[in-house]
Amino acid sequence: MLDFSRDHFALFDLPASYALDGARLDQAYRDIQSEIHPDKFAHAGEAEQRLSMQWTTRVNEAYQTLRRPFDRANYLLQLQGIHAMDANNTSMPMDFLMQHMEWSEELADAKKAQDVAVLDRLEKTLRNEARDFQAQLAEQIDQHHDYPAASETLRKLRFTDKLLAEVGSAYELIE
Amino acid sequence: MALLQISEPGLSTAPHQHRLAVGIDLGTTNSLVATVRNGVSVVLNDAHGHGLLPSVVRYLVDGSTSVGYVAQAQAAEDPHNTIISAKRFMGRGIKDIPDLSTMPYKFVDAPGMVQIRTAAGVKSPVEISSEILKALKARAEASLGGELVGAVITVPAYFDDAQRQATKDAARLAGLNVLRLLNEPTAAAIAYGLDNAAEGIYAVYDLGGGTFDISILKLTRGVFEVLATNGDSALGGDDFDRRIYCWVLEQAKVHTLDDRDKTLLMARAREAKETLSEHTSAHITVVLSTGEVVNLNLSEETFNEMTASLVNKTLLPCRKALRDAGLAAEEVKGVVMVGGSTRIPRVQAAVGDFFGQTPLTNLDPDKVVSLGAAIQANVLAGNKAGEDWLLLDVVPLSLGLETMGGLTEKIIPRNATIPTARAQEFTTYKDGQTAMSIHVVQGERELVADCRSLARFELRGIPPMVAGAARIRVTFQVDADGLLSVSARELGTGVESHIAVKPSYGLGDDEVARMLQDSYAHAQDDMTARNLAEAKVDGRRLVDATEAALKENGPALLNEAERTQVEKLLTGLQAALDGNDLAAVKRATEMLNQGTVEFAARRMDMSVKQALTGQRLDALKL
Repeated sequence: MLDFSRDHFALFDLPASYALDGARLDQAYRDIQSEIHPDKFAHAGEAEQRLSMQWTTRVNEAYQTLRRPFDRANYLLQLQGIHAMDANNTSMPMDFLMQHMEWSEELADAKKAQDVAVLDRLEKTLRNEARDFQAQLAEQIDQHHDYPAASETLRKLRFTDKLLAEVGSAYELIE
Repeated sequence: MALLQISEPGLSTAPHQHRLAVGIDLGTTNSLVATVRNGVSVVLNDAHGHGLLPSVVRYLVDGSTSVGYVAQAQAAEDPHNTIISAKRFMGRGIKDIPDLSTMPYKFVDAPGMVQIRTAAGVKSPVEISSEILKALKARAEASLGGELVGAVITVPAYFDDAQRQATKDAARLAGLNVLRLLNEPTAAAIAYGLDNAAEGIYAVYDLGGGTFDISILKLTRGVFEVLATNGDSALGGDDFDRRIYCWVLEQAKVHTLDDRDKTLLMARAREAKETLSEHTSAHITVVLSTGEVVNLNLSEETFNEMTASLVNKTLLPCRKALRDAGLAAEEVKGVVMVGGSTRIPRVQAAVGDFFGQTPLTNLDPDKVVSLGAAIQANVLAGNKAGEDWLLLDVVPLSLGLETMGGLTEKIIPRNATIPTARAQEFTTYKDGQTAMSIHVVQGERELVADCRSLARFELRGIPPMVAGAARIRVTFQVDADGLLSVSARELGTGVESHIAVKPSYGLGDDEVARMLQDSYAHAQDDMTARNLAEAKVDGRRLVDATEAALKENGPALLNEAERTQVEKLLTGLQAALDGNDLAAVKRATEMLNQGTVEFAARRMDMSVKQALTGQRLDALKL
């Protein structure tokens, strides 16, 4: 019997690792959806309609979690019993924080001055940083199984992602 | 494709009767009904050959109504009682409606949704819309010669929960079984996608009468995926009319207009706009009730100037949607144009510039949404469409809760694929707190005051504890129609309280029942007959589905005792369906439903397993 509580990777028949075959995930997601989506049961009995809704909800959640690198890493750590984003888990190296403060100030100035060139540069820098963190996560989780280290990298990635989102909304303000 | 048969109970049995299903585009300005006939989606015309039904309802003193062209023709004579574009008021409070002063209606402020006082009494937008739906239902049934099993009704992708709920309520009130609420741009893509076998990223630019939507869709091997939607629920062709209207007032220096003049002038403004889609200038001639004559010539250039800001206003949501989808304009393979206002040459040019390509206009922009909805209705009703395709839709606006300090905590982010559910835990902030107020909001802004309030409810019976010790889990569930329900329970001590809410703008089942009763006030027998007919339709559907499921997987998934049990319940329901006892039909239906829960679970299981097996086989083939 398929188990509702199986982990997201098992649901899609994928290995539980940070490195992920995105095409395979997409394919498995679509294959399952084309079997269980509520549209396929619009004319079925009540029990099947309800199950279809529950399963699709479950599959959507699993897919959303796995397809985003941040959520995937966070989920892998959770499977190891580590809640990296807990309010108690706040340790962060000082130099990292200082660097981010500097970027935040640059962003605030660029916003005020409507300076697209600075925004472009910041966006590029932050994207590179996010990519580095993702590479580190792959190593720390898949190869070294060093979950505490991965946990810290993930928190850093969260900082970077947030700042990137702010750069995004700064563009919108200027446009 | 043996694999797909499993997921389609009721479809694989011997050729059954074609089930009558329609797609309805419930538009701001015009509404349409379409169906799939001999494999082709067609708009159904009225007796006079009109496809469009103007979304206009007139209420008369004797309580009767007229709908469509007849009502539209009398709008200028009877402006207070002739409601145009009621869709703009669906799920809206009085303070949400812009340009209140240019409208001749007697608005009544009511909790949740605004109402309008007419000669036939106070009417809600839901009731007004249901008159339009009733007219379309009657048209379809006359044209198709039978009762409809259901309808797919389209809504703007940007509609929030309250507006969707109101639309579904209107359909129920009109006696329509809603198979699905479908986003208008998605419906348009279905019409284009299936007709042109398109693959890739598509943008659907939908400038209708009262709403603007932009959707970014991804089409792959029969899967329609909405990557992002954005828009403006208060921007449409009517605004272009209003610009012309204001220009006329300014040019003609007229200030005192009565309601008849206002309605007349708005109609002339619309005609001028339509003329300008094919000509370089338009004449506007109006005789006001004072006898004064307004005679003006509007050039395309002037029109473009005065509406440039409206056209530009549509491009910002385009930019946002692309950003949400993580795409650049160059990655869009085609731009589908929807809505009568996309006939405006300046709109086509601006969209062409923005996306760097000529937009697609080969299907009638007024009809394309209803054509797509009909295709979806045909599939959902269980009539095999020939193609297997799947629609993955998303939440248009983030759903969240109010937290301390009037801030929004997002629970379900916009563009999450539906159906979806998210749970989040909260705690008490005072010692001994035994109740918690939960305020559900929708929108992207950080302050609750800037978002739409959907519902408020209280969770009571929390055991008294020190602040921060209680654990309250709030769960949001969005169904396949994009409708939300929220529940909350206290987990900390094992004591569980549970409450589920429907958004406050939606009508409760009681209210719908009351409205139905009102419209059948002098015909109690009709009500009973109607209830019986509905119960029988449900019952028969279940019989069909169960029989097909038994035939397909019965031997494999059920042992003999289980099979006998299901067959016994099935026979029971069939017997009840032969009679006319409402309670018996309902009881037998419920029993069969209960009795097939385990069977359904095993079938669902098998489907999921089969999907993964199929996928592995595909991978091997590559």
